[in-house]
Amino acid sequence: MMNEFNKFRLNYTRRHFLTRAGLGIGGMALGSLLVPGAFGVKDEEALAPVLGIPQFAPKAKRIIYLFQNGAPSQLETFDYKPLLNEMIGQDLPASIRNGQRLTGMTANQDKFPLVGSAFEFKQHGQAGTWVSSMFPHIASIADDICVIKTIHTDAINHDPALTFFQTGAQQGNRPSMGAWMSYGLGSENKNLPSYCVLLSRGRGNGQGVYSKLWTNGFLDSVHQGVVFSSGEDPVLYLGNPAGQDRNSRREMLDQLSQLNALSFEQFGDPEIQSRIQQYEMSYRMQTAVPELTDLSKEPDHIVRMYGADCLVPGTYAANCLLARKLSEAGVRFVQLYHQGWDQHGNLVGEMPLQAQDVDRASAALVKDLKQRGLLDETLVIWGGEFGRTNYCQGKLAKENYGRDHHPKCFSIWMAGGGIRPGISYGETDEFGYNIVKDPVSVHDFHATILHLMGMDHERLTYRHLGRRYRLTDVEGELLKGLLA
Amino acid sequence: MPFLPKNRKVWTPYLLVIVLSMVALIFYFRREEHIAPATATLPEKVDFNYHIRPILSDRCFKCHGPDANKREAGLRLDLEANAFAALKDDPTSFVIVRGKPEASELFHRITHSDTSVLMPPPSSKLSLSPFEVSLIEKWIRQGAEYKRHWAFIPPEKPAVPLQEEDEWVQNDVDRFILEKLRQTGLSPNDEADKEALLRRVSLDLTGLPPDIATQEAFLQDASPQAFERMVDRLLADFHYGEKMAVSWLDLARYADSHGYQDDGLRTMWPWRDWVIHAFNQNYGYNKFVLWQLAGDLLPNPTQEMMLATGFNRNHKITQEGGVIDEEYRIEYVTDRTNTFGKAFLAMTLECAKCHDHKYDPVSQRDYYGTFAFFNQVNEKGLVGTIGLASPGDPPNMHITTQDVKTVLRFINKPDTAPVIAMVMRDSSLKRVTRLLKRGVYDQPTDTVDMSPPAAILPFDTTRYRKDRLGLAHWLFDKRHPLTARVFVNRLWAEFFGKGLVKSAGDFGMQGELPTHPELLDWLAADFRDNGWNVKRLVKQLVMSATYRQSSSQDERKQRLDPENRYYSHAPRIRLGAEFLRDQLLSSSGMLVPVIGGPSVKPYQPAGIWESTTSGRGELARFVQDHGEKLYRRGMYTFIKRTAPPPSMLIYDASNRDQCEVARQRTNTPLQALVMLNDPQVLEASRVLAQRLIREGGDDAGRIQSAFRRILCRKASDKESSVLTTYHARELKRFQSDRRRAAAYVNVGEFPLEGRPDVAEHAALMQVIHMLYNLEETSVKP
Repeated sequence: MMNEFNKFRLNYTRRHFLTRAGLGIGGMALGSLLVPGAFGVKDEEALAPVLGIPQFAPKAKRIIYLFQNGAPSQLETFDYKPLLNEMIGQDLPASIRNGQRLTGMTANQDKFPLVGSAFEFKQHGQAGTWVSSMFPHIASIADDICVIKTIHTDAINHDPALTFFQTGAQQGNRPSMGAWMSYGLGSENKNLPSYCVLLSRGRGNGQGVYSKLWTNGFLDSVHQGVVFSSGEDPVLYLGNPAGQDRNSRREMLDQLSQLNALSFEQFGDPEIQSRIQQYEMSYRMQTAVPELTDLSKEPDHIVRMYGADCLVPGTYAANCLLARKLSEAGVRFVQLYHQGWDQHGNLVGEMPLQAQDVDRASAALVKDLKQRGLLDETLVIWGGEFGRTNYCQGKLAKENYGRDHHPKCFSIWMAGGGIRPGISYGETDEFGYNIVKDPVSVHDFHATILHLMGMDHERLTYRHLGRRYRLTDVEGELLKGLLA
Repeated sequence: MPFLPKNRKVWTPYLLVIVLSMVALIFYFRREEHIAPATATLPEKVDFNYHIRPILSDRCFKCHGPDANKREAGLRLDLEANAFAALKDDPTSFVIVRGKPEASELFHRITHSDTSVLMPPPSSKLSLSPFEVSLIEKWIRQGAEYKRHWAFIPPEKPAVPLQEEDEWVQNDVDRFILEKLRQTGLSPNDEADKEALLRRVSLDLTGLPPDIATQEAFLQDASPQAFERMVDRLLADFHYGEKMAVSWLDLARYADSHGYQDDGLRTMWPWRDWVIHAFNQNYGYNKFVLWQLAGDLLPNPTQEMMLATGFNRNHKITQEGGVIDEEYRIEYVTDRTNTFGKAFLAMTLECAKCHDHKYDPVSQRDYYGTFAFFNQVNEKGLVGTIGLASPGDPPNMHITTQDVKTVLRFINKPDTAPVIAMVMRDSSLKRVTRLLKRGVYDQPTDTVDMSPPAAILPFDTTRYRKDRLGLAHWLFDKRHPLTARVFVNRLWAEFFGKGLVKSAGDFGMQGELPTHPELLDWLAADFRDNGWNVKRLVKQLVMSATYRQSSSQDERKQRLDPENRYYSHAPRIRLGAEFLRDQLLSSSGMLVPVIGGPSVKPYQPAGIWESTTSGRGELARFVQDHGEKLYRRGMYTFIKRTAPPPSMLIYDASNRDQCEVARQRTNTPLQALVMLNDPQVLEASRVLAQRLIREGGDDAGRIQSAFRRILCRKASDKESSVLTTYHARELKRFQSDRRRAAAYVNVGEFPLEGRPDVAEHAALMQVIHMLYNLEETSVKP
């Protein structure tokens, strides 16, 4: 099947190739017309990815990233620390904090009273993975997931931490992960963008998202994440206006191409033909996208898996189901954001509500992919932007508490796509504050994901303003212990 | 193989010859496709700046360049003295021996077959092509001459080439262009027809299409001065300032919100009004920039000078609770420093924030030396969280109605409430600047004095004050190699689609080389020596035959010069997001041509702001404007940084996150969806249709009139026939389904004048909607 999106990309790339090769490194030779760049295609252009071919055999073809925005506490999800229950109310030892900088919200606290999870923990699956009682469904897939307990970040506030996770840098207008994937691997579906973004909001204290999180940065804007909304138009401007239908639109496009063709005769500008193609693709999207986003035809057993909420547009459950459909249809990177995990206070009240909203659907997504035989080639990622402190923010009340931001360790999980299932990776200390074994930096995380997708993180580069940029900046190591 | 010498060093050249012949053979066929025939051979004289440094910089400097901490084997290839030195561990060998590649260790290492010796090492994932190797070989053979980087040599006005009469040539710009064209075997196009020329120059100078009366008058003016008169008229038009301001707003990262996650309102629009004013008043580029960089430090600064300094406060400001104050204060100073580097020097200074620059002669100390100028502001990293957010953190100025009535008359303040604009004001106590280890805010090390990178131009403290004013004067020193070149290049790009240096933001070692270095220098020196007169420069460019030629291309032009680097035809450039909107509003007669004022919120799809926000702050919900505010130019559309206007983003507008000097220009299906389904486009079609119906005439006349308003030319017979046939068919369809027609024309808030027959209205609207979707409509002709 001739892949239209790639065909477009090929045209585009060819144009760019000519452009780059033309101006290349040599530019205009003094007194001669030599163009050295035409010979040595630079590595990033020569690299196959832009043409939709990975650098080596990939394990995963697609990614679904369930971002838990606001940072769920590791201590109430996967990192079980009974010592904190024993030491409740006692001050965090300075030797454990070890000079770690704190946010402005707790920096001035005179005490840092430790507090353990109010929720029970149990081991699940053959692996004996610790999961808190708030997440029974995720617990039920314990043998399919790999819990990383030792991911850590540099940022201690939401905006820079989210930006770091998505773009590999806290500041600056760099391309996001999905944009890199799209740039590197292209799209598998001729009628859909390769990078889609789905937004939802829970009932807990929320932190907003922003378009920079799905930006193409300096990459071509075809790699920008396309937000699917739960409103009338799943994709902005997709629907025909009132009084227009598919036939009248077709008629108009036919007339348009006739006139555009006349223009091409006169000017000979290849961009005109490219424009005609883009209009055709937009026309196909108008059918393909609504068909895909229509969840009403999902069979009952699927609805039961994801929970009744999945029929309410804009919920996390609906987005999980939609993510499966998009991914199944070949969308390279589906990015979900779910707000509401910022429990500075009232953690005991809010976190169960958040868990209720995401637990069933997150697990259902993994199970659903598995039963369709897609889990092997789809990487599912679940996690937030940092962890939470082992001490209470503010005064420790009798039955409630809150936790501030903690960058030094937190837990995420991944499943499918070449990830080693049924393990817990890394260890934190008894206080759940420091890493004692197998740290995973955000750059390592990115390098490993790129590897699973068939790309060497040091070779997926894009030259912009004189520098070869990478998702992993200048760091990052492939963590083989995470691979199946 | 007895005929090959055993010594590897000696037979390498043989191997090279074989490889090169193969490569040459391959490229003999390749070049036929798209590259001028002369390209398959090595240049007669290999030039360091044009051939060698780009290779060394890209493949070698990372480990053998300016960054002292990453330098391997003590070897540095960016400095001439070091490149000819003996090797550290083998004093009998030399890096480069002039005239003798075989005796040069450098050549030996780049051709070695042993990968443990080969450079660049395979672990770097970089390599040299055989062609590049042979370039280096020839360069060494010819004496390995080093040259200063072109961009750091102050521009001098070169002699204008081709002094003979040529009827194509309009001014000196063309002589430079024509000379290169002749060398490529290409010839330029004749002047575009008058209709295309008028639309082109109107869009370029005002961002608005000419109306039919202007078209008629221009077509009828047969005098040789007709075009020049039109150019003068457009330069004097107050919409000129708006057009010129847009790219400056990108560069200055202007926006209407603070920009981090909790994204509150800011009111920097009075500064934006000043930018428009400054272009319209034709302030010299030196004054324009000096006021923005350091207006507050001038003796007895006026309110206008103070307002101009808002430039340096347009960066994002956080309102997230719990952030560390100093971390963000440093971030703001960083943003100013980087913006200064990119906007005025076209240098990637930011690369030297964490370590010495890998490619350019900018040390980390240079970075913080520049940083120090911007590190004196009396400001905080976090003034208030989103709940307490102010539209302008101090230092700021309050602009009152009295100010607007007296001195700041160019500000379009709609009511009596004072407006807060952020400005620059240094604290009275000088803040000590320290170099930050790895660029981290809490890792200060050595104290650094104020000084911009000396490799560009030494900062002579006997001439310049040690403050931003001194820095601004340094920028406009007659010997400054970059300031004029950088601006002239951007202005060239504004009219020709790309710069003479394509990497408008990077004139460093890794940047592109100028396609027309002499022309760039000539323009730069001429601009500098003529009082940095912007309108004069603009006129010089648009009066040239290079600008005025037609944009049609043929197979030969495409094959020989696919990217049109030599300007054998005018570029067809897709209009920017703002100007696509302006064209819609203007051609349909809906445009409210008011200049300046608070930004406005025209239609946008529901939920864009709401789906991203946490719910905090006054920008959590999008509240659409009504009435005149729906019909303002695109540049006045409210930019909330975390959720920018979607149709503009789809058309490659900047998200105003940081300084941007060149927009992308893409061609995507989402753009097609905007033009096909955005109510703004439909409303323009609806209004123009009803207007034309009210004006009377027959269908063919109305279609012709719509065509002229939108495309600014008369439709050809062929086009007319397609359009009228289409119209007739649509009319029939709508007549048979009047409810559908009624639904179609029911779009937008612009009042309906008169009561046209609904089917007739819908049919004409349909045709106009199609005209708005023509490829030609969205490009500069």
